[in-house]
Amino acid sequence: MAASEKSALYRQSARRRALAVVALLVLAALPPLLQALGQDFYVSFAARILIFALAATSLNFIVGFGGMVAFGHAAFFGAGAYAVAILAERGVVSAFVAWPAAAALAGLLSLAVGAVSLRTRGVYFIMITLAFAQMIYYLFVSLQAWGGDDGLPLMARSSFGPLDLGDDAAFYWVALACLAGALFLLDRVAHARFGRVLQAIRENESRMEALGYPVAAYKLACFVIGGTLAGLAGALIANHGLLASPNLLHWTQSGTLLVMVIVGGVGALYGGFAGALTLLLLEEILAGFTVHWHMALGLLLLVVVFRAPRGVAAWLHGLFSRRGAK
Amino acid sequence: MTQLILEQAMNGLQFGLMLFLLAAGLTLVFGIMDMINLAHGSLYMVGAYLAAAAAAASGSFVVGALAAVAGTALVGALLEVAVLRRLYARDHLAQVLATFALILVANEAVRMLWGDQPMQLNAPEALAGPVEIGGFAYPAYRLLIIAVGAVVALALYVVVTKTRVGMWVRAGASNREMTEALGVNVKRLFTLVFAFGAGLCALAGAMLGPLLAVQVGMGESILILAFVVIVIGGIGSIRGALVGSLLVGVVDTLGRALLPWLLREFLPAEVASNLGPALAAILIYLLMAAILFWKPAGLFPARG
Amino acid sequence: MSGGLLDVAGVGRHFGGVHALSDVSLRVTEGEVHALIGPNGAGKTTLIHQISGAQTPDAGTIRFAGEDVTRLSMHTRVTRGIARSWQVTNVFARFSALDNVALAVQGRRRDWGGSFRFWVPADAERAIVDEAAAWLAEVGLAGREAAIAGSLAHGEQRQLELALALATKPRLLLLDEPMAGMGPEESERVVGLIEHLGRKVTLLLVEHDMDAVFRLADRVSVLVGGRLIFTGLPDEVRAHPEVKKAYLGEELV
Ligand SMILES: Nc1ncnc2c1ncn2[C@@H]1O[C@H](COP(=O)(O)OP(=O)(O)OP(=O)(O)O)[C@@H](O)[C@H]1O
Ligand SMILES: [Mg+2]
Repeated sequence: MAASEKSALYRQSARRRALAVVALLVLAALPPLLQALGQDFYVSFAARILIFALAATSLNFIVGFGGMVAFGHAAFFGAGAYAVAILAERGVVSAFVAWPAAAALAGLLSLAVGAVSLRTRGVYFIMITLAFAQMIYYLFVSLQAWGGDDGLPLMARSSFGPLDLGDDAAFYWVALACLAGALFLLDRVAHARFGRVLQAIRENESRMEALGYPVAAYKLACFVIGGTLAGLAGALIANHGLLASPNLLHWTQSGTLLVMVIVGGVGALYGGFAGALTLLLLEEILAGFTVHWHMALGLLLLVVVFRAPRGVAAWLHGLFSRRGAK
Repeated sequence: MTQLILEQAMNGLQFGLMLFLLAAGLTLVFGIMDMINLAHGSLYMVGAYLAAAAAAASGSFVVGALAAVAGTALVGALLEVAVLRRLYARDHLAQVLATFALILVANEAVRMLWGDQPMQLNAPEALAGPVEIGGFAYPAYRLLIIAVGAVVALALYVVVTKTRVGMWVRAGASNREMTEALGVNVKRLFTLVFAFGAGLCALAGAMLGPLLAVQVGMGESILILAFVVIVIGGIGSIRGALVGSLLVGVVDTLGRALLPWLLREFLPAEVASNLGPALAAILIYLLMAAILFWKPAGLFPARG
Repeated sequence: MSGGLLDVAGVGRHFGGVHALSDVSLRVTEGEVHALIGPNGAGKTTLIHQISGAQTPDAGTIRFAGEDVTRLSMHTRVTRGIARSWQVTNVFARFSALDNVALAVQGRRRDWGGSFRFWVPADAERAIVDEAAAWLAEVGLAGREAAIAGSLAHGEQRQLELALALATKPRLLLLDEPMAGMGPEESERVVGLIEHLGRKVTLLLVEHDMDAVFRLADRVSVLVGGRLIFTGLPDEVRAHPEVKKAYLGEELV
C-alpha cells in the first residue's frame, strides 16, 4: 500500500514538473509573439510582472512558508536596486558582479533586521519589520549622495556577457530565468530537511523547541533567503526602469508586495507569481478605462478579501473543480 | 539656545498630543479586536478635508472642526458596520489586504470630491500671531493645539480608566469572551469605540490642517507614526499610547532640530549636514526597535 | 559537590500573585524512576516547565549532569539530554505519525549540517525514516506510520508523544501524566511501556494514578501548594502522616 502511494506521489510530481516546463516554454515564447503582434511595449511590461513576481515570491517564502508576517520587504527590494545603481555609478556595470552584490547586501540587511525582529512575534513582528524598513527608507532618501528624493538613475542596463540587456526581449528572458531559478530553488528547499522543519515550526513552534530545534535560527535562515531573493528582484527592477527610486523602499511598496502575496495565495509556490500577475494586469486594464482606477482596484481587492480568502489561484481552482464535478 | 530647545520641546509636546488623538482610537481597535487597521490614517485625511470644506463654506474654523469630527465619526461608524466588522475573525493578512484596499478607495474618493490640489485650511484670525510666555514668543495657534490636546487626552484618560464604559473597553481589550459573558454588547460597544476613534482622528486632522498640507496621502505618513506610538506603548493600552505619543512627538521634533547641530560639534561640517537629517528621520524608528528589543510587547503590555 | 543527574535547588515561580512553586528542591539520581505526585494545581506541570526550559524560574537553580542549565533555552537543554512530554497531547497534528517522529530524529542528528540541509528531498533520507519507524514500533505504533497524527485515537496520540520524546535519545525523560485521559486497557499498556523505559533512561514521572506510581517508582516526591513536602520510598510515602493528610487522605483512610 505504501508503495503505491509513493508512486502516485511520483506521478503527481512528474505531472507537476511537466506542467512547469510547458508554462516556462510558453512564457519564453511570449516576446516574439508580442513583437509579431506589434505589441512591443508589452514585452517590457511582461518583464516588470516577472520581476514583481520574483519579489512577491521571495516575500511569500517568508510569510507563507516561514509563517512570519513581514511588513518591510520593500527594504530588501529597494536596497538591491540601490546597490546596482551605486555600483554602476562607480563603474561596476557587470551583472555578474553587481547582481550578486545586490542580493548579498539585501541578504545581510535581512540578517540584521531578522535577528532583532524575531525576538518579537505577531503584530509586534509586523511593526518592527516596518520600523526597520522605514529606517532604511529615510536613510536612502536623506542622503543627497544617493539622489535623495529623486533616486539614483542608471545610465544603462547592466552588461551581461554577450547578451545585450538593452534589448527588452533579452532582458525579459533573463528576468524569466531568475524567476524560474528562484521557484525551482524554493521548491527544492521546501521539500528538503530544512523545509520540513519550517513547516513543522509553523504548525507547532513550541513542540519543535522541545525536540531540540533552535527555532529562531531556522526562521532567521528563512527570512534571509527571502530577503536575498528580494535583493535580486531589486537589482532587476533598477535595470528595468533605469532608476533606483525611493518609492521602491516606501512602506506602501511593502504593502503592495504583501497584497500580491495574499491575492495570489499565501504559502502557495506560485502564489507570488499569480498575485503579481493579477495585480499588475488589473492596474493596467483598469487604468485604460478610468483615471479613477485606484478606486476600482480597491473595491476589487475588497471583493477578493471576502470572496477569495485563500487567494485568486485557489479560488479559480475551486471554481473549475466545482464546474468539473457537475 | 535654551530658548530654541524650549520652543522645540513645546512643538514636540504639541505634535505628541495630536499623535495621541490618532493613536488612542487605533490602540483600542487593535487591542480589543486584534485588528490591524491601515485605513486609520484615511480617517485623519477625511477629517482634515471635511474641516477644510466646512470651514470654507461657513467661514468659521470652529464650525469646520466640529463638522469634521461629527462627519468623520459617522463615516467611521458606517465603515465599521459595512466592512471592518467582518474582518475581526480573520487573520492579520486579510486585515492588511482589506484595509490597504480601503486606503486606495478613500484616497481616490477624496480626489474625486476635492481634486488633486491641496486644500487650504486657515487657523482662526485671532490666533494668527504669537504670544509671550515665560519671556519668549510662541505661536498662539500652537498653544491652542496643546490646550485642546491636553484637555482631550485628560478626558479620554479619565473615561477609559475611571468610568464604566472605559472599564468595558479595557475588559474587552484583555478578554473579549469574559466581557461578553458580563452581558456587554461588544458589537455595539465596538462600533461606538470606532466612531469615537474616527472623531478623534478628525479632530487631529482639523487641528493640524493649518500647519501641514491638507492633501491626498497625508494619512499614510502619519499612520506609520501612530503605529509606532502604539507599539512602543503596548497595544491596547491607553496609558501606553499617551506615553508613546509624547515620547515620539518630543524625540522626533527635538531630534530634527538639534541632531544636525549636535553632530556639527563632533563631525566635519560636510558629514554632519549629510548625516544629521538622515539620523533625525530614523530616530523614532531606532527608539521603537530598541524598546521592542528589550520589551518585546511594548512599555505597558495590556495582556498577560 | 557530587550531585544527582538532576538537581533542582530552591526553585520558585509565580504568576502574578499566584505562587505556583516556592523554594522547591529535588534531586533525581541517574537511573531511577522518580514519581512526582500532588493534588490538582500543586505546581507539578509548572515544575516540569522549569526543568524542561519552557519557562524560566524566578528563583533558584537547576543543574543537569553537573551543569547549571537554569538560563539555557529549551532547545539547548534538549541537546544536553532533557526531553519531555506534555500533559495535554502536543504533536504535529497535520503530519503523519512517521513524519512526526522523523522530525525528532532529524533534530537529534547533527550529520551534514543537521537540518540546515536545503537540497536533498527529506522523504528520500532512508536512515531517518527507518529510525523513525523503529521508534514507532518501540511505543507500540507499528503499522500506524502513514496515519495523520491528528486522526489517531487519543491513546495512540499519547504513545506518539512518547515516541517523539524518546527519539531525541534523552538521559532524563520528563513525563507529565502520560496516562491522562486513557482508558484502563491503554493505561495498562503504557504502564508496561514506562516500566520497560525505566530500565534504560532516568524518568521523572508526574502521575495521579497511585497504583501506577507505586508500581513504577523507585522514589516519590510530594508537591502540595507549590512546596515539596516530602521525598522518599513509596512505602514511606504511604506511611508519612503529613502526606496522608495533605494528599492521600481521602484515598487511603
Ligand atoms: N501561565 C500561568 N499563568 C497563571 N497561572 C498559572 C500559569 N501556569 C500555572 N498557573 C497556576 O499555577 C498553579 C500550579 O499549576 P500547575 O499546572 O503547575 O498544577 P499541576 O500540579 O500540574 O495541576 P494538575 O494536576 O491539574 O495538572 C495553579 O494554581 C495554576 O493556576
Ligand atoms: Mg499539570
